[in-house]
Amino acid sequence: MKILVPISQVPDTTAKISFINNDTTFNNAGVTFIINPYDEWYALVRALELKEAGKAEKVTVIHVGPTENEPTIRKALAIGADDAVRIDGDGDSSFVAGQIADYAQKNDYSLILLGKETISYNSAATAGLVAGFLDWNFVPYATKLDVNGNTISLEQEMDGGVNQLSSPLPLVVSAAKGMALQRIPNMRGIMAARTKPLQVVTPSTDFPVYTKVESYTPAKGRTACVMISEDNIDELVDLLHTKAKVI
Amino acid sequence: MAATKTKSIKGGEFLIKETAAADIFIPEQWNDEQLMLKKTCEDFLNQEVYPYLDRIDSLEEGLMSSIVEKAGGLGILAMNVPEEYGGLDLDFVTGMLTSEVMGAGHSAAVAIMAHTGIGTLPILYYGNEEQKKKYIPKLASGEWKGSYCLTEPNAGSDANSGKTKATLSADGKHYILNGQKMWITNAGFADVYTVFAKIDDDKKLSAFIVERGYEGLVLNTEEKKMGIKGSSTRQIFFNDCKVPVENLLSERENGFKIALNILNIGRIKLGGAAIGAAKAIIQHSIKYANEREQFGRAISKYGAIRYKLAEQAIKTYASESALYRASQNIDDAVNSLVEGGLEFAEAKLKGIEQFAVECAILKVHGSETLDYVADEGVQIYGGMGYSAEAPMERSYRDARINRIFEGTNEINRLLIVDLILKRAMKGELDLMGPAQAVAQELTSVPDFGGLGNNNLFDYEKEQIKKLKKAILLVAGAAVQKLMQTLTKEEEIVMNIADMAIEVYVAESTLLRVEKVVDTFGEQAAGEKIDIARVYLSEATDNIWKSGKDALNSFVDGDELRMMLMGLKRYTKQEPLNIKEARQRIALKLINENKYDF
Repeated sequence: MKILVPISQVPDTTAKISFINNDTTFNNAGVTFIINPYDEWYALVRALELKEAGKAEKVTVIHVGPTENEPTIRKALAIGADDAVRIDGDGDSSFVAGQIADYAQKNDYSLILLGKETISYNSAATAGLVAGFLDWNFVPYATKLDVNGNTISLEQEMDGGVNQLSSPLPLVVSAAKGMALQRIPNMRGIMAARTKPLQVVTPSTDFPVYTKVESYTPAKGRTACVMISEDNIDELVDLLHTKAKVI
Repeated sequence: MAATKTKSIKGGEFLIKETAAADIFIPEQWNDEQLMLKKTCEDFLNQEVYPYLDRIDSLEEGLMSSIVEKAGGLGILAMNVPEEYGGLDLDFVTGMLTSEVMGAGHSAAVAIMAHTGIGTLPILYYGNEEQKKKYIPKLASGEWKGSYCLTEPNAGSDANSGKTKATLSADGKHYILNGQKMWITNAGFADVYTVFAKIDDDKKLSAFIVERGYEGLVLNTEEKKMGIKGSSTRQIFFNDCKVPVENLLSERENGFKIALNILNIGRIKLGGAAIGAAKAIIQHSIKYANEREQFGRAISKYGAIRYKLAEQAIKTYASESALYRASQNIDDAVNSLVEGGLEFAEAKLKGIEQFAVECAILKVHGSETLDYVADEGVQIYGGMGYSAEAPMERSYRDARINRIFEGTNEINRLLIVDLILKRAMKGELDLMGPAQAVAQELTSVPDFGGLGNNNLFDYEKEQIKKLKKAILLVAGAAVQKLMQTLTKEEEIVMNIADMAIEVYVAESTLLRVEKVVDTFGEQAAGEKIDIARVYLSEATDNIWKSGKDALNSFVDGDELRMMLMGLKRYTKQEPLNIKEARQRIALKLINENKYDF
């Protein structure tokens, strides 16, 4: 079984978020980018664990984006992926999912494992769209994944309990917190990443971009915190009523 | 890995020669791979060290050795070890980057630095093939931990006066060690100790590889220390400790040389670790200053606090500039020695020895920068700075040891001047010619011609040249007047060392910022230009003071007046609105809420 792990690139969690061109474009000046943590910590690391346990023969990471995103792909290789593919194009979730589906189908992957969402746009759309394009089974928000022959056993957290599932391959799974633990890239892995294959693929023309961003509106920053002495309940009630207007 | 080869000048030559900005390495040019290695070290500290600082400081059984092992698992201990012994064989400058990051790890930093440095390097650089094969792969992986036993109760700075003795056993199979070692880092959990002792009535030390299990090695209890409490520090007693003869490291009586050469590396690495620790403190200081409000405003709005934040950043950036300039110089020297046919270990040692002056400068400047930054960090935190619940209290205590170990800063200052003078005597460093030219210039009419001021740093570069003349003036006069007694006049030697340190760091900072401007443009360099100017201005004042104090102590009458006038001329400055420059630097830190220079 070959596993395909789609990775997305997102701004570092401490990055200052701003927009340019009349609030239609994310301002990436001075921003550090990282692999989307859900893709890295859970999907990629779990895929590597399966390979290490002899349950998968190969782990490939795939990224849809321009050349300048290659350091992010190298990091995935440093963590341990065998090889990488970069689809040389960019677009909305539908475009990205289409490219991933197209590559998976043409190259004989039977498990696609990716994060449940990106921490930048949080749309959680890609995984489902990939499954849709391929017409494969789809298990979202999985917290556990194991392989028994041709069957994948999975767990999802649900309100007040755990949902245990199994599915045959091929399968698309979106990973949530709990599936694996973050791995720090080993120095040796970082050095090895230099020589691992990174294939650049021209995007398929079958998947148009459907959406266009009209504008972004930055969230209002948090207002200053008001401290109230713990024995002054009256003031608290008064402020909640008159200032915060929540009671 | 750093691709560009720089045309490095020889160690110590910065005093008499100019360096082109293009020829130095600047941290603004780390490649993606180096940044990834750096990130691994940062992640390691965040995951394996910072959550456990209190437990580490309580010397919890087994915790530190498991941290060292985890570092080994990530390859952090194998950076500068050749591939044939299980290492990664990275260049010196990349190794320094990881040392810098790890330096922020408090006691764990000390344990790991001691392990990879003084714990591993004596065997790596001086061991024979069998010794290297036996010990280095296990040290590089962290399976075994290393330690270095040089200091004794009565032999600290005067290391060669140690009393630990080694005598050959009757059957000739063992050296029998007897004596006592003190302040031994990693003693409590180390598996392998490099122990220095004198064989029979030798004048000089020899070095031995001693394993923990050898009969007669006895550990005392843990020392109670001011800081780095989680670092295991013990006395070790050797009571008829039997060491197989094949564990003699290098040759008999070669130990003192081993000790000194290993310390050269340790010194510059300590300078790097200090920069990492300083950056972490600055980070906390900025955040706290932005969060803490008094009189209705964040304290980062006040000039007194901004001054502190700016000075923390200026000193750290400056020290870092010199650190990586020297590190790249060492790489270049080592590479050219290897190309010339020397084998790895010898090339490494010779390359580093060539820059022993710079290594000592970086040890002193790095550790004193860290102490300044930590002290002001406590001050910015105010009352909370004194509380063990906030991070400053630990940082302040942990910083202090850096001015003491790996050769006290006083010993290192003596060493700077001693090495420079020795090289001048041997004809390796032409100080006399330039010093005489300066003496001549004193009696000639000063050049009042203004500068063309065509390029951004024309004025500053001219100033650096004059500062070098100031050093040559004072040092030249001291050598001439005091001759052999100069080395005994330690206050004067300290003055000269301080002048050399300041000019090296000021020049390195200026060259770095010049290269940043040339590479990325003036806009991108931003407040770094202010940093270079403020540092140079302060260095100029310091050089004036050190020079004046020195001259006043051994010259008098008209000659003194003439020399002081010359010194004044060489340390004259154009007006600089230093307050506004510091404000701009502080504002960048405050607005970004982080140290990102």
